[in-house]
Amino acid sequence: MWKTILRRFLIMIPEVIILSILVFLLAKAMPGDPFTGSINPKADPQQIHHLMKINGLYDPWYQQYWQWVVHLFHGNLGNSYQYQEPVTRLIAGRAGNTLWLALFTMILTYAFALPMGVFAGRHEGKLPDTIIRVYTYVTYCIPFFVILVIGIWIFGYVFGWFPTTGSISAEASGSGWLQTIGSRFYHILLPGILGALFGTVNIVQYLRSEVIDAKGSDYVRTARSKGVPSKDIYRHHIFRNSLLPIAAFAGYSITGLLNGSIFTETVFSYPGMGLLFVNSISYRDYTVITALVLIYGILNLIGTLLSDIILSIVDPRIRIE
Amino acid sequence: METASNFLNIKDVSTAFKINGQFYDAISHINLQVHHDEILAIVGESGCGKSTLATTIMGLHDPAETKISGEIDFEGTNLLKLDDDGYNDFRGAKIGMIFQDPLSALNPLKRIEDQISEVMDYHTSLSKEEKHERVLQLLDEVGIVNPKRTAHQFPHELSGGMRQRVIIAIAIACKPDLIIADEPTTALDVTIQAQILDVLRDIQKENHAGIILITHDLGVVAETADRVAVMYAGQIVEEGTAEQVFNTPEHPYTRSLLRSMPQRDNENDDLYVIKGNVPSLQKMPSTGDRFAPRIPWVPASAHEENPTMHEVAPGHEVRCTCYKEFSFPDQKGSVTA
Repeated sequence: MWKTILRRFLIMIPEVIILSILVFLLAKAMPGDPFTGSINPKADPQQIHHLMKINGLYDPWYQQYWQWVVHLFHGNLGNSYQYQEPVTRLIAGRAGNTLWLALFTMILTYAFALPMGVFAGRHEGKLPDTIIRVYTYVTYCIPFFVILVIGIWIFGYVFGWFPTTGSISAEASGSGWLQTIGSRFYHILLPGILGALFGTVNIVQYLRSEVIDAKGSDYVRTARSKGVPSKDIYRHHIFRNSLLPIAAFAGYSITGLLNGSIFTETVFSYPGMGLLFVNSISYRDYTVITALVLIYGILNLIGTLLSDIILSIVDPRIRIE
Repeated sequence: METASNFLNIKDVSTAFKINGQFYDAISHINLQVHHDEILAIVGESGCGKSTLATTIMGLHDPAETKISGEIDFEGTNLLKLDDDGYNDFRGAKIGMIFQDPLSALNPLKRIEDQISEVMDYHTSLSKEEKHERVLQLLDEVGIVNPKRTAHQFPHELSGGMRQRVIIAIAIACKPDLIIADEPTTALDVTIQAQILDVLRDIQKENHAGIILITHDLGVVAETADRVAVMYAGQIVEEGTAEQVFNTPEHPYTRSLLRSMPQRDNENDDLYVIKGNVPSLQKMPSTGDRFAPRIPWVPASAHEENPTMHEVAPGHEVRCTCYKEFSFPDQKGSVTA
C-alpha cells in the first residue's frame, strides 16, 4: 500500500509544477506591476523603469518564474496592493477561520448524510425514503447562496438564534480563551449547518443508490445463503461496500467545501480566505488573487491525493503489490 | 418414491412473482424428492424456472414481491412456514448453495478466509483457531493448491475456477445435507468444469449429501446425475433416473432437447432446433400443455386439458399424454408409439 501512496505522491509533483507555471503566467498577464500600489502619480517613469530593472522584471519569463518559486519557498508571496502588508501574513491570519469552518461543515455533512443515505437505501420506496428524496431534490434545486440568505433571514434575523456576521464577537475577543472558543464556535454554527445541509445532497443520493445496488448484488445473496441475519448483512457487507465510493469522494469534497466557503464567507461576512478572495477581486489585488489561486489549486490537488489514498486503503483492488 | 432416505420433499410448490402489481407463476406445482447420496439434476432452457426453484428452497425471495405456496419438507420441517431467523438456521448449515457466477458471488472487499469462516460464525461454536484450520482444510478439499496463500487473498486475485472452488468451500463448510448447485460450471471453461464436477462428486461421497444440480448443459447431466428432472415453462415435464431419461426419453421436450445436442456422428449437418420460445410469465396459458405450441404438428387431441404426470416405468414419469403420439416431423412413420 505504501508503494501506491508513494507513487501517487510522486505523480503530484509535476502537477504542482504545471499548476504553479500556469498561475505565474496568468499573474504576469494581468495588468499592473508590483509597484503599481506603492507609487504616486508624481513618480518619475525613469525611476519606475529602474526599479523594474533591478527587481528583474525585464528578465525572460523562466528566470522570473524561478525567482518567484525561490521567493515562494521563503514564504514570500509579495505585498498586497490593498492592505500594504505581506500576502503570506494576510492569508495566514484568515486561513485558520476558513479551516475551522470547512472542517466543521465537513463533519456535519457526513454526520447528516451517512445515516440519511443508508436509511433511504435500506427502506427504498417507503415513506422515510420519499421524504429524504424530496429533501435532496428541493435542496439541489435551490442555489447555495439563496439557501444561505434564507437561512440567515430565518435563524439569524427572525428567530435571532445565531450571529449573522463575523467570526467572533467584539466582547469575546478580548476575554479568556474559553469565551473566545465559545464565540468562534457560535459564529460557525449557522454557516456550518447550512453548508452541511447543502453538501449532504450528493452524498445522500449516491449512498442511497449504492446501498440499493449492494442489496441486490450477488455477494449479498451469497451472504444470505450462508444464513447471515439481515442486520449483520447490512453491517458486514452492504454498508462497507456502499461507503467505498463515499470514502473516495471525501478528498474531493474538500474542494467543494473551499468553493462553498467563497459563498458562505461572503454572505456571512466571515473573515476567511473565501471572503479575502472575493474582496481582492473587487479591488484588483492581483498578488493576493495569485497567491489564493495557487493555494486553492494545491488544496485541490491534495484533495484528489487524499481521495486516492483513502481509496487504496479501503479497496484492496486498487493497491499495487 | 416415498422412502426413508427422502430428506427433502417438495410438495406442490408454486412461486409467483409480482409484475406490475399482479402475481405470475414462475414455477407451478413442483413435486420433487431428494435422497441422501444422490445427485438430482434439474435441466431446462433459460427461463424455465430452474433457478427460481433453487432460490425458493433457499428462501431467498423477498416476501413482498413473491408468493410461494405448497410445502418444502426438509428433515421434518416445513421450510415455507419459517420466518427469516428460522430459515437462517438452515441456510448455510443444513443447506449449502453454490452460485452460478463466481465473479460476482464473492464480496470483493473481504479476504477469502473471512468469507469462508463467516458461515461458521453463525452455525458452529468453533474457536478462531479451529475455524482457521477448517478453512485451510476446506480449501484443500476443493482442490486449491496453496490454501494458506489463497486464504489470505482477495477475490480479484483468484481465477474464475479458484473462485468457484471457494464458493463450493463456503457451501460445504458446515457439512450440509443438501447442496444446491445452480449452474456451477456455466461460467467456467471446459477443463475447469470437469474438475469442479469431480470436486462436487467427491464431497458428496464424503458427506452423504444430496445434491440438486441445476444446469442447462446436458453433457454435465449425463456425466454426473443419478436422477434427472426436466423442466419446461415452470413445470416438471419428465422425471426419472439418468439412464431412463437419456436412453428412453418420452416427453417431446426431452426428446427435442436431446436431439438438439450436436452429435459427432451426425450425418445430417443441420442441427435440430425447437421452434418458438418459452412463453413469458405474463403470457403463460393457465390450461393445456405448455409445450404444445412448439410442436404444432401434434394434433390437439393428443394433449390433455390439464396435463398430469404419468408413470411410464418405475420412477419414470412424464407430463401429458402427448408423448404417446409424438414423433419428429422428418421422421414421421419411422417412430410411432
